[in-house]
Amino acid sequence: MRRKKRDSQELPRGGFSRRDFLKGASMAVSTGLLAAPEAAAAAPESSPGVVGPGAVPITLQINGKAHSLKVEPRVTLLDALRNQLDITGAKKVCDRGVCGACTVILDGRPVYACNVLAIEAEGHRIETIEGLGTESHLHPVMAAFVEHDAQQCGFCTPGFVVACKAFLDKHPNPTREEVEHGLGGNLCRCGTYAGVREAVLEAAQTLKGGRANG
Amino acid sequence: MDKCKYDWPAAGERSLIGKRFKRIDGPAKASGRAKYTYDMNPPGLLTGKIYRSPYAHAKITALDTSEAEKLPGVKSVQVILGVGKETNWVGDEIVALAAESEDIAEDALRKIKVEFEVLPHLVLEENLDQAGDHAKAAGGKTAGDPVKAFADPDVVVSEGYYGIAAITHCCLESHGNVAQWTGEKLLTYSSTQNVSGLPGQIGQSLREQKVDVADKNIETICNYVGGGFGSKFGPDEWGIHVAQLAKAAGKPVKLMLDRNMELEAAGARPSAFAQIKVAAKKDGNLVAWDSHSWGTGGPAGTGMVPLPYVLAIPNSSTQHSSISTNTGPARAWRAPDHPQAAALTMCALEDLAAKLNMDPIEFFSKNADLSGGRGKVYREELQKAAELIDWKKNWHPRGDKTSGHIKRGMGVSLHTWGGRGHNSMCMVTIHPDGSVETTLGSQDLGTGTRTAIAVVAAETLGLPVEAITVNIGDSKFPASGASGGSTTIGGVSASTRRGAVDARDLLFAAVAPSLGVPPDQLVAVDGHIQAKGDASKKVTWKEACAKLQTKTVQATGKNPGQCALGSSGVGGVQIADVSVDTETGLVKINKMVAVQDCGLIISMKTAESQVYGALIMGITYALFEEKIMDQITGRMLNNNMEFYKLAGIGDIGELVVHMMTGPGYDERGTIGLGEPPVVSPGAAISNAVANAIGVRVPTIPLTPDKVLAALAKGGIA
Repeated sequence: MRRKKRDSQELPRGGFSRRDFLKGASMAVSTGLLAAPEAAAAAPESSPGVVGPGAVPITLQINGKAHSLKVEPRVTLLDALRNQLDITGAKKVCDRGVCGACTVILDGRPVYACNVLAIEAEGHRIETIEGLGTESHLHPVMAAFVEHDAQQCGFCTPGFVVACKAFLDKHPNPTREEVEHGLGGNLCRCGTYAGVREAVLEAAQTLKGGRANG
Repeated sequence: MDKCKYDWPAAGERSLIGKRFKRIDGPAKASGRAKYTYDMNPPGLLTGKIYRSPYAHAKITALDTSEAEKLPGVKSVQVILGVGKETNWVGDEIVALAAESEDIAEDALRKIKVEFEVLPHLVLEENLDQAGDHAKAAGGKTAGDPVKAFADPDVVVSEGYYGIAAITHCCLESHGNVAQWTGEKLLTYSSTQNVSGLPGQIGQSLREQKVDVADKNIETICNYVGGGFGSKFGPDEWGIHVAQLAKAAGKPVKLMLDRNMELEAAGARPSAFAQIKVAAKKDGNLVAWDSHSWGTGGPAGTGMVPLPYVLAIPNSSTQHSSISTNTGPARAWRAPDHPQAAALTMCALEDLAAKLNMDPIEFFSKNADLSGGRGKVYREELQKAAELIDWKKNWHPRGDKTSGHIKRGMGVSLHTWGGRGHNSMCMVTIHPDGSVETTLGSQDLGTGTRTAIAVVAAETLGLPVEAITVNIGDSKFPASGASGGSTTIGGVSASTRRGAVDARDLLFAAVAPSLGVPPDQLVAVDGHIQAKGDASKKVTWKEACAKLQTKTVQATGKNPGQCALGSSGVGGVQIADVSVDTETGLVKINKMVAVQDCGLIISMKTAESQVYGALIMGITYALFEEKIMDQITGRMLNNNMEFYKLAGIGDIGELVVHMMTGPGYDERGTIGLGEPPVVSPGAAISNAVANAIGVRVPTIPLTPDKVLAALAKGGIA
C-alpha cells in the first residue's frame, strides 16, 4: 500500500540511476577503465555514459537559481544539496529511498534526493523546501502543517511538506484515501500523521481558493 | 489554604493556559529552516565515520589503519578498540576517522584491515531454554500467599505465554555531533535530549582519554533535535571520538551515525517475555498473580519490568531471568519498562476476563482500586473511553461470530506514569523596550517545550504568546534537566512561572509610584499593568517597561521551589478497534481512543499531539517493529528503514484523543505527558486482535505470520 514513490525515480532523460551508476562504477574499476567527464556527453543516449571517478563540474538549477559546483559522480543530489550548497531542508534519514525525508521536486515530480545522483539532476528544474516558502511567508502547505500541528521533532516535516505540495499539484481535490495513498512514501517517527492528514486536506482547500481567486 | 504567590492562576483567571496554540517553532520546522545538528556545516568541516564490528562477538587479533591514513583527504584516524579487545555486538565501534568528505571517509573505512577471532554469541532470547549461561536469575518477589490463593476452588485461573520483542528508537535524525575546537574551547552541536548535562559528560570522558579540557570551556548547542525517545542523554563513544578527531585534525568534524549503525547500536527497548498465571474470583475480583519473565537489553541483560502492572494483585509471585545477548545495548525507550509491563499484564488480564465471560471494561473498572489511589481516575477514564468508541454497541465477547474472513474486535489497556518536573532554572528578562526573553538550557524534542514556556511566561506577564522570545538549546544558559521520563513540562513550566512572577514583581515595583498604587496591588493583564479592580489606573506594557529607563529587569526561577506547581502520577486508558484478515493475517486499525490525564495542561494542542504521536508510535510497535536478529551470523537482518518497518500515514485508522481536565485534574498542577500514552497501544491492540479472532497472538509485534499461526492453533477461523 505504501511507498509508491519509487517508480517516479525514473528520470525523463539521461541514462543514470544511482543503482546503474554503482554497477557501472564497480565494472569500471575492475576493468581499469576510466573515462573523462566529456565521455558522458558523447555517450549515445541508449547506453549509460561514464564519468569520473574524479569530481565533475555541473550546474544545478535549484529554486530558480543556477548553482555551479564540482561533484564526484557518485555524489547524490541530497549530499550535493546538503554538504556542498548548505541547502539543508531536505534531510538524510534512511539514505535508500524509503522514508521520504529528502523529498525534492524535479521537473514537477517528487523524488527522493538520496536516490538521484547530482550529475543526473543537471538540466532538470529542482525545487526544494527552501524554494516553496519562508518562515515569514509560509507556503499554504506549510501554514496548514503549522495550523494542524503536523510536526513534532520536525525532521520528517520538510520532506512531507514538499511531498504534499507535489501531491496537491496533481490532486487538487484529494479524498482522505488518496492522501493516505499519495503520501505513503513519507515516514514519521514521532507520529504526526493525524495532523498531516488534516493539513493536506486544508491546504487543498486553501490552494483551490487561491487558484480560483486568481 | 493561602494562595502562594507563584501558584497557577485559578481556572477563571487563566487567559492562555490550557488553550490551543500553534507551536511557536512550527514555521521554522515547516519551512525547512530549523537547523538540526545534522545540518550544521561550519567552514572547513570534515566528515567522521566509524569502522564497526561485523561480528556479534569477536576478539581483535590484528588491526592496520595505515592504508586509510595514507588516503588523500583523510585527516585523522583514532583507534577505539585495539588488538586484544573484544567486540560485543555487531556495530561495536573499532576505529573512528575524519576526512574531507563523506565519500573519502567511506573509502578510508574500506582500507582499514582488521582481523578477528570470532567468538560464540547469542542474539536470540525468546527461547529461555536455549539461553544457557547467558540467562541469570534476576530477582522476583512474593506478596500475600499466591499458592493458597490459586488453590482456592472458587477462583478462575488463566494461564498463558506473552511477550514483546526488542525494538529500536529509530530516531529520524541519527545520533551524532559536530565538534569544533577554538584554542582550549570546545563547541559541540549535539543531537541530544540533555543540553545542560552534556558538557560535563563530554569533559569527563575526554579527560579519561587524556585530552586536557575544562568543563567550563565546553559548550553544547542543540536548537532542534530530530527525535530522541530516550536514546540521546549522553555524548556516547562517537561523541567523544568526534571531539578527539576534531582536535587532532585542527578542523571541525561532523559525525552522524549511518542508519544501519543507528538501528544496530544506538538504542533498543529491551524485550520481555513471560509465562503468566492469574486468578480472579468468579465475580471478577483479582486475587492472584504468578509470573516468570525474561528478556534482554543487550550485553547487560535487563531487569524485570513492573509486574503485575498498574493493579497490585493481593497475592502475587514474580521471578525474572535476565539474558545477556550480543546485541546493541538497551537505552531508555519512551516510558522505560512500561509498554512491556502493559503488554504482559493487560493481555494476561484480558484473557482472564474472557475466561470469566466478563466485559473487560467492567472487569477493569471492578479492579481499578488495586491501582492504589487512582481507582476513581481509571473508572472515569474507562467510562469516557468506552463512550468515545461506542463500546456498548460495538463490543462482543471473544471471537467475532459474523461470517466472512474479516473479523473485528476491540481491546482495552490501562497505564500509569510518574512525570514529576525535573530541576530547572529559567532566567526571565524584561527589557526597557518591552521585549521579553526566557532563557534556559532546556531542549524541545518536538514535545512543544518552547511553546509551553512561552505560554507560561505570557500568561504570567499578561502578554500574548508572540511577545515572548524563548531561548533554549545552549548549555551556557541556566541549567535545566534532561528531557526524559516526562519530566520537562513540570520542570520548565515551574521555573518559568517562578522567574516570570519575580520579574513581573520587579516591574511592578518600578511602575507602582507613577500609578500611585502599591506594587502588590498591581496586576498584569491584556498587555497592561493596572491596579487590581481599578482599570482606570493602568499603563500599557510598553509604557510600563519604559519606566525601567535603561535598566533591564531579570529574575531566575527555579524548580523545585516555593509553592507546589506540579505533581506526579497519572492514569490513562486506551481502546483499540481492529479488523483482522484471517486469510492473510493482516491487522488493520479501525480506530483508537486515548483518554489521558496529566494534571494542568499548559498548551492543549501540543499536548494532544503528544498523545496522537504516542498512539501512532504504539501502533507501529504493536504491528510492525522488531529487531530481527539472526543467530547464525549474529546480525540484525532489518538494519535499514525498508525492513525495519514504521507505520505510514495509511496505517493509523481514526484516532481520538481526550484529555481529562477540570476539577480533580487541574489542581494537581503540571505533570509530564510524553511517556504515558505510548504505554498501552501494544496491549490494547493485542487484546482487540484476541477479541476479533478468538485466540491470543502471544507476542508483539502482531505480524501476519504470528496471527496465522495463532489461528491455526485455534480461534474462530
